[in-house]
Amino acid sequence: MKIVIVGCGKVGTSIASELNLAGHNIVVIDINRAAVTRLSDSIDGMGIEGNGATYETLSEAGAGDADLVIAVTARDEVNLYTCLMARTCGCPNTIARVRNPEYTNDLFRVKDILGLSMFINPELTAAVEISRLLRFSGALEIDSFSKGMFELIKVGVPKNSPLVDRAISRIDILRGKVRICTVERDNEVYIPNGEFVIRAGDRISIASKPEIAAKFFKKAELNIARSRDVMILGGGKISYYLAQRLLKAGVNVKIIEKNAQRCEELSEMLHDAVIIHGDCMDQDLLLSEGVEHTDGVAALMDYDEENILISMYIKNISKAKAITKVNNAHFDSIIDQIDLECVINPKKIAGEYIARYVRAVQNSLGSNVETLYRLHEDRVEALEFRAKSGSRVLNKPLAELSLKDDLQIICIARKGRIILPVGSDMILPDDSVVIITKHKGLSDLNDILR
Amino acid sequence: MNKRLILYILGWVLICEGAAMQICTVTSIIFRENEGLYFLITGAVCALLGVLAVKVKKPKNMVLYQKAGFCATALSWILLSFVGALPFFLSGEIPNYVDALFETVSGFTTTGATILVEVENLSHGMLMWRSLMNWLGGMGVIVFLLALIPKLGGQQNIYLMRAESPGPIVGKAVPKMRHYALLLYGIYFGLTLLECILLLCGGMGFFDAVNTSFATAGTGGFGIHNSNIAAYEGYYFQTVIAVFMLLFGTNFSFYILLIGKKFGQAFKMEELWWYFGTVVVFTTIIGFNIMSLYPNTYDAFHQSFFYVSSIITTTGFGIGDVNHWPMLSKSLIIVITFTGAMAGSTGGGFKFSRILLLVKEVKKEFYLLVHPRNIRSVKMDGKKISHETMRSTSVFLVIYLAVFIISFALVSIEGKGFVTSFTSVAATLNNTGPGLGDVGPVGNYAMFTPLTKCVLMFDMLAGRLELFPLLLLFIPAAWKKS
Repeated sequence: MKIVIVGCGKVGTSIASELNLAGHNIVVIDINRAAVTRLSDSIDGMGIEGNGATYETLSEAGAGDADLVIAVTARDEVNLYTCLMARTCGCPNTIARVRNPEYTNDLFRVKDILGLSMFINPELTAAVEISRLLRFSGALEIDSFSKGMFELIKVGVPKNSPLVDRAISRIDILRGKVRICTVERDNEVYIPNGEFVIRAGDRISIASKPEIAAKFFKKAELNIARSRDVMILGGGKISYYLAQRLLKAGVNVKIIEKNAQRCEELSEMLHDAVIIHGDCMDQDLLLSEGVEHTDGVAALMDYDEENILISMYIKNISKAKAITKVNNAHFDSIIDQIDLECVINPKKIAGEYIARYVRAVQNSLGSNVETLYRLHEDRVEALEFRAKSGSRVLNKPLAELSLKDDLQIICIARKGRIILPVGSDMILPDDSVVIITKHKGLSDLNDILR
Repeated sequence: MNKRLILYILGWVLICEGAAMQICTVTSIIFRENEGLYFLITGAVCALLGVLAVKVKKPKNMVLYQKAGFCATALSWILLSFVGALPFFLSGEIPNYVDALFETVSGFTTTGATILVEVENLSHGMLMWRSLMNWLGGMGVIVFLLALIPKLGGQQNIYLMRAESPGPIVGKAVPKMRHYALLLYGIYFGLTLLECILLLCGGMGFFDAVNTSFATAGTGGFGIHNSNIAAYEGYYFQTVIAVFMLLFGTNFSFYILLIGKKFGQAFKMEELWWYFGTVVVFTTIIGFNIMSLYPNTYDAFHQSFFYVSSIITTTGFGIGDVNHWPMLSKSLIIVITFTGAMAGSTGGGFKFSRILLLVKEVKKEFYLLVHPRNIRSVKMDGKKISHETMRSTSVFLVIYLAVFIISFALVSIEGKGFVTSFTSVAATLNNTGPGLGDVGPVGNYAMFTPLTKCVLMFDMLAGRLELFPLLLLFIPAAWKKS
């Protein structure tokens, strides 16, 4: 597909690289020459310097015959206006970044005029993601598939767990109910087969139905429990959205924010939350607010360094699940070494979110990926395919298919039922199949074959 | 530097060259010549080594930075030349390896300078190889590979393109590098085919038509007759060739705009007007200047047009000697040797767009003397030209002059006379081919010593790659890891 991206900031960069990786034709626009050059040189795309909200620049970028225009400049108004202009150029679909909740409420009124197929609010998406993580305090990451019927949960393996030092095929409690999809050890990711031996300290991803997951965690002695109290450090936009969601789910929320005026605003908007005016970097304050005894802490302050530092501190003094917001994506592998539990990068999530949408649009044009998740710093992909009749993988026992290396079929969803398949199971037409793989850019179920 | 990735790219270059040689093998078979064997062997060994480099040492990290991109391109061209010279040398048709190398470098860089006194003595396969080198070198082997192989150079393959394509600003007209490279080669191939058909329609033999079209398309200038294009008598052939030289010296963005039906934008290109304007003005002046030397006015203007077109596009085809022309005409010829063709074309030289930018910069400087506090930016085609582009254009001029002066000094050690020494450097650095004096359109480069030939080979490569990529190889910092 031909996609025009207006705005080469962090979100624009993240979206452009994500979509470029998926093989789309990308044109990026920014008014800042340096930003355009940097981005267009680093991806296989074209860059245009100019005001992306003008008809002239948009038509120069070929918005007229583009399939999608994505407006992600810093300002909501500019983004919406850009979409309007793109529509005038003749582009059928637009996506705008709209952050101001006051605008989002009105968007449905102008949706058709702007050709707006979706809007993205990176802060809101991040908050949704964080709230999902905070539901279980021991999980590192949770992704859901097949409309929530089945989840991929990443957890660390403690020393005393019965999983440790045994080959996967010999672990009885796994049988038929849960499956270990990936193992991360010493900065290396493995897609394990039956002979693989789990060690203490590994981070494993487990595929399971939500209701079975909790039981399994208990049996495997993995520290997973529902959260009751959550502390949010920093009172920005993400914090607001997050608090709103957690409160709705019956979790007690405490927000600590430096700025008194912002505290006032938050307390007006969030009746049930406890708002504390104070510096999050003040250790005494944290202790007096009982940080040791909360189930989860989300460090959502402005500076990455503060967030990382606080999370390390939390990990030191309590068992709470700590979530660290990081804006700068450049030092991913280092941040991973620091042994933080969960790192959230709102811009990256926004990129993945849009890439997922684009895949869905493409879906109707030929590719049949339904959902895509990137795991372990993009090194592993979990994809959900719809099996169409005529595919070469249909009606054959899985044991007979010669699958690619580093690839596993995780689950098959058939008529609302979830099957964690064994060698004798078959893929039937219209099944939804989730696979996990280290190969990138698979776009069809047939691609899983060697 | 990512040496494995460079090796990988070089491997593909070898495969590509080995494949191209097989065209010559086929030519030899058709003409029942034994020389095809040398192409077959060299090509097969090339391809084998290439496959080894590509498959066995596949790089883990496909990220290409500017430095590695430039070095990879420069090394590719050097490798191409060394390997391309082998058939000439092995078959004994050019017994001296330095000579064979000179001929090959001249072929790939589309210079068209030859060390052969009797071109017609070569076998058909070798003649085909010379023309084919012109054709491949014109649009560039790396661009060819970018069109052919997906993901060569990873996401940053723009750096490869930038090192090989001429002009101060190299960008893409379509988002995907592969599509862009395919588009360029499509236009290139289409125009070549058109010329070939037109020549065939005029009654030229098939082998002659193909070779001439290849040499014109790359603006190379290798002919397959001793008397070069003069062998094809009659206005029709020479006019077709002259017009196509001009077309191949035109910026390919122009054609892309035409294909995209953006006529307004296409004809607004300032460089286009300057290029064709110069052709018209120079043809007229030289035409009047040499009128007395030719039997009629039409003939004089025909000579003038062909020669201006041949030199400004840096093709270097000749239809007769020009050493007896008046001084004014000869000096004008030298002037357009330096200007060269348009950026983004297959031609060489300093490029019209660079001259335009420098003229505008000079104008700005004078304006600043009058209004010291004035702020103004240099614009071309209605777009602001960035400071970095201006800076690199000025630096280009400096290096260009430095390379020219040093080469001139080295060449003059032989004592061949001012005109010959000066124009031989000018003709090779600008990838034109023929100069004046002993290296004029009816002369050749055979009489130079190996040292001079090496200097001129360097000039040809430096000129084709527009200095920076080749010179970067000599900067120690480029080879350091950190």
